Amino acid sequence: MKAFLFIPCLVEHVLPRVGEATAMVLSRAGVAPELPAGQTCCGQFAYKRGRPDLTRPLARRFVEIFEDAPVIVSPSASCTAMVRKYPTLFEAGDPWRDRAARVAARTFELGEFLVDKLGCPDLGSRYVARATLHASCQTTRALGVGDATEMLLAAVEGLTLLPLAHPERCCGFGGAFSVDYPEVSQAILAKKIDDIIATGAEAVITAEPSCLLNISSALAKRAVPVKALHLAEVLAGGEL
Amino acid sequence: MSACRHNFGKASAAALADGESRAILDKAILQIHALRQRSVDAMPDFTDRRARAVAVRQATLDRLPDLLETLEASVTAAGGIVHFAEDASQASRLITDLLTARGVRLAVKSKSMVSEEIGLNEALAAAGIEAVETDLGEYIIQLMGQKPSHILAPALHVSKEQVSALFAEKFGRTSTDIPEMTRIARDSLRAKFLAADAGITGANIVVAETGTVMVLENEGNIRLTGSCPPIHVALMTLEKVVGSLAEAAAVLDILPPSATGQTLPVHLSLFTGARRDGERDGPREMHLVILDNGRSELLADPILRPILKCIRCGACLNVCPVYQSVGGHAYGSVYPGPMGSILSSVLKDAAGDARQPFACTHCGACAEACPAGIDHPVLLQELRRRQAEQGTDTATKSYAALARHPLLFGAAAAWARTVDPRLDRVAAMAPDGPVGKFLRGRKFPGLSKPFSRRFKAMAKRLSRAQAKGGRS
Ligand code: SF4
Repeated sequence: MKAFLFIPCLVEHVLPRVGEATAMVLSRAGVAPELPAGQTCCGQFAYKRGRPDLTRPLARRFVEIFEDAPVIVSPSASCTAMVRKYPTLFEAGDPWRDRAARVAARTFELGEFLVDKLGCPDLGSRYVARATLHASCQTTRALGVGDATEMLLAAVEGLTLLPLAHPERCCGFGGAFSVDYPEVSQAILAKKIDDIIATGAEAVITAEPSCLLNISSALAKRAVPVKALHLAEVLAGGEL
Repeated sequence: MSACRHNFGKASAAALADGESRAILDKAILQIHALRQRSVDAMPDFTDRRARAVAVRQATLDRLPDLLETLEASVTAAGGIVHFAEDASQASRLITDLLTARGVRLAVKSKSMVSEEIGLNEALAAAGIEAVETDLGEYIIQLMGQKPSHILAPALHVSKEQVSALFAEKFGRTSTDIPEMTRIARDSLRAKFLAADAGITGANIVVAETGTVMVLENEGNIRLTGSCPPIHVALMTLEKVVGSLAEAAAVLDILPPSATGQTLPVHLSLFTGARRDGERDGPREMHLVILDNGRSELLADPILRPILKCIRCGACLNVCPVYQSVGGHAYGSVYPGPMGSILSSVLKDAAGDARQPFACTHCGACAEACPAGIDHPVLLQELRRRQAEQGTDTATKSYAALARHPLLFGAAAAWARTVDPRLDRVAAMAPDGPVGKFLRGRKFPGLSKPFSRRFKAMAKRLSRAQAKGGRS
C-alpha cells in the first residue's frame, strides 16, 4: 500500500524530524510513503484569519497535487481538519466541491490512519521514557480522533504514561492568536507547562505539531529538561 | 465601529497582571467544573436529555414569531401587560417611564443580564429611582460599584475575604462564614423587599401557552422580588420563549446541571400574570418586557442564528481557556466568553471589541460543553470572515500569495532561515513589538533544513523498515 505524505509547512520548515518520523512509522506499518512535489501550505492560517477567499486557491492546489493519492496521511490534526473543510469553500454545483470532497475523504491524521484504517498495527515500537500526553484540542475536538493517540502509545514498549492534570485544556497557541494576544496566549501556555512539570515526566508527547512547537518553545525558554515529542517520534522509537 | 471601542488585548493584558484576581478565578472555575462534571456523570441519560433540549430550542427558533404572539395573548389573558422593545434604550426608557408614572421610588431587582444589557440601573438612577440588586452575588457587585464578570455567577471574580471586607465597610458587620455572610446581606435586603414599590426580574424560560415566566435561583430572592412589591416587571429577550410547560421541562433538564451542577436549583418560581380577584397576594400589576436589541437580525441570519439557542448556562465560559485566564471584565461587553463573542456582535451598546471573534484559540471546548448544541467555532469563523472582508490583512495576503507558488515559497523559507537566528535580536531590540512579545515566554527553535530535502536521503532506511514491518 502507498500513502502520500501531506507535510504541513510547519513540519517542512521547523519540525522536519516529525516528517521523518512519520515516514518511518508508515514504512514500519507496511505502507510506502511518497512525497508529492509542490506542497506549500494548506491555507489554515488564512482560513482562520477569516479569508476563505485566500484559502480557496490553496485548496485547489492541494486537490491538484493529491487527487491521485490512494490515501493521504499527515502528522497534523489541524491541517487535516482544514482539508476536511475544503468542500465548504466551494458552492454547490462547483466541480471543485466534489473534487475537494473526494480528496478530503482520503486524508487522515497519522494516529487516526493507523488506528481506524490499519486497525492499530503492532509497530514493534520501543521508547523508554516516563512521559505525559498533551491530547491536543485539534486532535480530540477539531478532528474528533478520539483516543487513537492513547491507544497507539499504550502499545509502545518501555513507555510509561503519567496522567496530566486538565488534559482537555488548550495550550494557548491558536496560530495568529498567539501573536495577536501574546499575553493571554502565554498565560494559557504557562498553566500547561506547570501541569506538565508537575507530572514529573521526562517527556511530553502530542500529535499536533503546532502544540509541539508551542510547548517545546516554552520548555526551552524556562530551560526545563523535559523533551517535547511528536507521536510519530515515539512510535518510530530508536529507529531514527 | 468607532475608534474608542473597547480593546480586548489591552484589557486582557491588564487583567493578567492582577495576580490575585487570576488566582480567585482559577479556584472558582475549578469548583464549577467539578460540580458540573459530577452532576452530568450522575445522569446517565444526559445525552438524551441534551438532544431533547436542543430540539426544543431549535423548534422555538423555527416558530418564534408565532410563539411570541401566543405569549402576548396568554400574558394578557392572565392579567399581565406585554411590551415590546426594539433596542436597549427603548427598553430602559419604557421601564423607567412605567415606574416613574406609578411613583416608584425604590425597586428591588433580581439578577438579570438583560437589565445589564439595557443599562437599566443607570437609567433608573437617572430618574431618581433606587434599584437594589437582591441576588447575593449581584448585590456584592453593586455594592462594589462593578459589573458582573460572569453571566451566571456575577461575583465569580471576588473572593470571600474581599466580600468580608466590603461588608465591614458597608454594614459595619462581617464574617467569612458563608451562611453568616448571607445573613448579613439578607438583613440589609429584607427591609428593601418590604419597602419596594416594584420588583424587576429577569426570565430564564418563558412559556407561550400559559404566559408563565420561569426563574431559577438558589436564594429565594427572585421569588420575593416578583411577589412582594405591588408591581412586577419581568424582562426577557425574545428567544427565551418556549411553547409549552413540557418544552420548558426539557430545557430545565439541562440548564441547572450545565450551569451550577445541580439537578434543580433550590427555587424554581413560575410567575403567571398579576394578582387575580380574590387572591391575597402577588403583584397587582405585571408587565412583561420583550427585548429584541438585534436578535431578530440574528434570527434572519442563517449562519449566526444558532446563537439564539443559548440558554445562558455559562458552561462555555467556564471551559474557555481565554475566559479562564482573563475573566469577564476584559471583554468590555455585557456577555463575555464564547457566547458573548458571538452575541455581542449584534448588540449596539456595550458591544465590546469588534475583533473579539479573533480572540479565540480554536480549541473547541465551548462547543463540546454547550448543552444547547451551539457550534461556536463555526459562528466565530463566520464573524471573522465578515470582519476580514472589510480589512486589509497584509501579512495573511502575502503568505497566501507565496503559498500559491512553491518556488517562491521555498525561496522565502530559505531567506527566512538566514534571518531566523536574528529573531532573538529583533526581540531584544523591540521587546514590545510583536516578535518581542511572542518570544517573551518562548524560545523559538528556528528553521531547519526542509523535510522535503531530507526525505530522499531516507529512502534506504524506509525500505528497510518496510521490509521489517511485514509482520503487521
Ligand atoms: S452558548 Fe451554550 S454553553 Fe454557552 S451559555 Fe449558551 S447554552 Fe450555555
